[in-house]
Amino acid sequence: MRVNLTVNGEARQADDVWPGESLLYVLRERLGLPGAKNACEQGECGSCTVYLDGTPVCACLVAAGQAEHRDVRTVEGLPGPDGLDPVQQAFLSAGAVQCGFCTPGLVVAVHDLLARNPTPSDPDIREALAGNLCRCTGYENIVAAVKLAAGA
Amino acid sequence: MTSTQRQPTQSQPAQGQPTQSRVQDAAQRSVGTASPRIEAWDKVTGRAPYAVDHPVPGAAYAWVVQSTVARGVVVDVDTSRALAEDGVLGVLWHGNAQRLESVGDPELMVLQSARIAYRGQVVAVVVATSPEAARAGADLVRVREDGMTSDTVLRIDHPALYQPVQVNAGYPARSAIGDVDAGLAAAAVRVDATYRTPAEHHCAMEPHATTAFWERGCLVVFDGTQASTAVSETLAGLFELPPQSVRVINEHVGGGFGSKGGPKPNVVLAAMAARLVGRPVKLALTRQQLFAVAGYRTPTIQRVRLGAATNGRLLAIGHDAVSQTSQLSEFVEQSAVLSRHMYAAPNRLTTHRVVALDVPTPVWMRAPGECPGSFALESAIDELASAGNWDPVRLRIDNEPAVHPEEQIPFSSRHLVQCLQEGAERFGWTDASGRVVRDPRPAVRRDGEWLVGTGVAASTYPSLTWPSTALARATADQRFDVEVNAADIGTGARTVLRQIAADALDVPIAYVEITVGDSAIGPATVAGGSMGTASWGWAVTKACRLLRERIERDHGGRVPTGGVAVRADTTLEIRDRPEFSRHAYGAQFCQARVSTMTGEVRVDRLLGVFAAGRIVNPTTARSQFIGGMTMGLSGALLERSVLDSRTGDFVTGDLAAYHVAVSADVPRIEVAWLDEQDPHLNPMGVKGIGEIGIVGTAAAVANAVHHATGIRVRDLPIGLAQMIGKLH
Ligand code: FES
Ligand code: FES
Repeated sequence: MRVNLTVNGEARQADDVWPGESLLYVLRERLGLPGAKNACEQGECGSCTVYLDGTPVCACLVAAGQAEHRDVRTVEGLPGPDGLDPVQQAFLSAGAVQCGFCTPGLVVAVHDLLARNPTPSDPDIREALAGNLCRCTGYENIVAAVKLAAGA
Repeated sequence: MTSTQRQPTQSQPAQGQPTQSRVQDAAQRSVGTASPRIEAWDKVTGRAPYAVDHPVPGAAYAWVVQSTVARGVVVDVDTSRALAEDGVLGVLWHGNAQRLESVGDPELMVLQSARIAYRGQVVAVVVATSPEAARAGADLVRVREDGMTSDTVLRIDHPALYQPVQVNAGYPARSAIGDVDAGLAAAAVRVDATYRTPAEHHCAMEPHATTAFWERGCLVVFDGTQASTAVSETLAGLFELPPQSVRVINEHVGGGFGSKGGPKPNVVLAAMAARLVGRPVKLALTRQQLFAVAGYRTPTIQRVRLGAATNGRLLAIGHDAVSQTSQLSEFVEQSAVLSRHMYAAPNRLTTHRVVALDVPTPVWMRAPGECPGSFALESAIDELASAGNWDPVRLRIDNEPAVHPEEQIPFSSRHLVQCLQEGAERFGWTDASGRVVRDPRPAVRRDGEWLVGTGVAASTYPSLTWPSTALARATADQRFDVEVNAADIGTGARTVLRQIAADALDVPIAYVEITVGDSAIGPATVAGGSMGTASWGWAVTKACRLLRERIERDHGGRVPTGGVAVRADTTLEIRDRPEFSRHAYGAQFCQARVSTMTGEVRVDRLLGVFAAGRIVNPTTARSQFIGGMTMGLSGALLERSVLDSRTGDFVTGDLAAYHVAVSADVPRIEVAWLDEQDPHLNPMGVKGIGEIGIVGTAAAVANAVHHATGIRVRDLPIGLAQMIGKLH
């Protein structure tokens, strides 16, 4: 089947899509956007988080066909024309990146958190990001990055 | 191989001497500063390519089929239905797979025989035009297996337990000094307790994955590995290729923690599959497949016996560790090794025994040996402190050895006592004058429904160094390219190596480009054993100093047109180092609380104080320590891989069932380090910090839980089950 969708503001189209394919696969393998990562492919880790019509979703759990005529925004589409998104900048400044495999999903999740709650408390942050696993950082600098971005 | 070796130079560190003064001055410029992580921009924008992120035109995809019995043989594989599936290009199994040349690791002899040695072993691989087609094809492969009775459970009385010749990292399996039984008999206070740690899985966020292709007889792979030199050498051996015909690139690696410390079946299978279909192949294992294929930390059963005189001096230390390995190869977790140097005592015995089961082979996992071993030893020390009515910080300090207590060689540096003292004061265990203000009584501090307590444990990890090579090139007066085949698995290796290079060249970091993660650079050691910075950094330092010297001496201080390049190899320096006991030490403090209503165990606070030589980059170092402690906390409270004894299957085989700490599980973690100068390590004076953070955390938590509740947990992880019915 063919899937038509908007990705990071551009109309895109994927051909020969097998109906069982995930949005994550379409983004990574068909549309050349490997930013979202596959670390569990069943909704447990958040590494594949992207926006679908403005709502963060695990792209591994969205069937390709469900994205038809929808608007998808990935980590690659966050930076504005003049550089990094404040969330990305905060991840850099706070040293919130280690191996980086969790980072694209976390950046999108934090972006969404701050859109909903511009001044989250520590427990708010830890609860909101509890679906995004990071095995490297111990989360300390990620929480710091959220606060930094919130202040920005 | 290098011209540099023929020119002994001043700047070469001789016999572990402190480095030359010019470089010491320079070292204060970049080393020790919070230089930002070089590749972080690529990572926050999603542009950093991991093993299967590289755009590879025409790539096919491979999917593995795994055994469903723990022991047996593959009788037959019917590939006809899979081959008829749309998009399927080929199926590999032992009946048609190419023959590999053995390189000594049976786990890598994939699809070479009918034998099944563990459940989840790869028995076939399907290659197709999309991963979904490959997966559908894999479902259609009919594997007929003949299963036999299997033996998959580690028991302390297992009749097949044996003492190996040596344990992981080459330590002898047994050490004995004096007479432990006599020491125990003479002791006024004794502990004799058995501790259990479960199997654990690394769960690096990037699953093991490889992209492989063949080009004019050469093999190129992108592999998520901690050791691309080792992977390239292994592939050359398996496929009988000249070493220079294999290139392994690991530019970005999404964590490893030991699970990617050597070649794994995925890289071999991807290369075989690419050869079969004559096009590039991507093979990404799923999270679930990893639990059998990518290694795990062995469960352990450890008996610790301690005896002390009335003054708190240890008279005897006994530590007997039991672990498992597979039928394929021997891996023995060195759990009792830390008990050889942590504390002084005249009578000592450490032993390791292992049993080969019908299970996957265990591998290194963050702080192999020290992590499970410290849970046993540091819990036992706490038990001794309770039994003898001694303060657990004081008890440790009172048993500080002057030299390595078994080998009688000096410590290159050791500041465990200072870590304990500094930590005790910061944590509020002692007051500013060093007086203990912590109430030692268990189960007396209530905060509503919660019982609250504090605990301490010591940490240690060896400071290892392994030979490596590096290349330094000056292309213009202020342009230096430095290459070393380090793997940056999230540690910040790239960043700290550039800092080290800049100081060795005596230039600002902006003048230095660093390249890592490519076996074509030249041999370098694994990102493991906390030895990366020491090993790669030494090679980088040597290459950079020689380059600087050559520019001064041969070119009057100006870089000639065409540039200058120097390659350095540290094999000889490392071989000729004088004998020292080289370890990092630390102390971890924990405040835990246990709900009297639900039995829930929570950690309020963790503090780690470490003495690990010179800290090259405070930002990346702090993250490493905190990350290690978080994994320690995760192990203390959550992590356990449960094996079904009937099937040999890890039933906790995904991230829904195998729990790792999420942000909401983790309290505020504080980290501090001492400014430790050690001239006997390497030119940079670094000890390595990737693993020590996980060592001792679980004991600190268990000791705090005991202080909170009076309940002694000797079986990880600590959870409701051990609390319920025992709380008042
Ligand atoms: S890959 Fe989608 S949640 Fe883990
Ligand atoms: S930085 Fe490695 S998993 Fe988060």
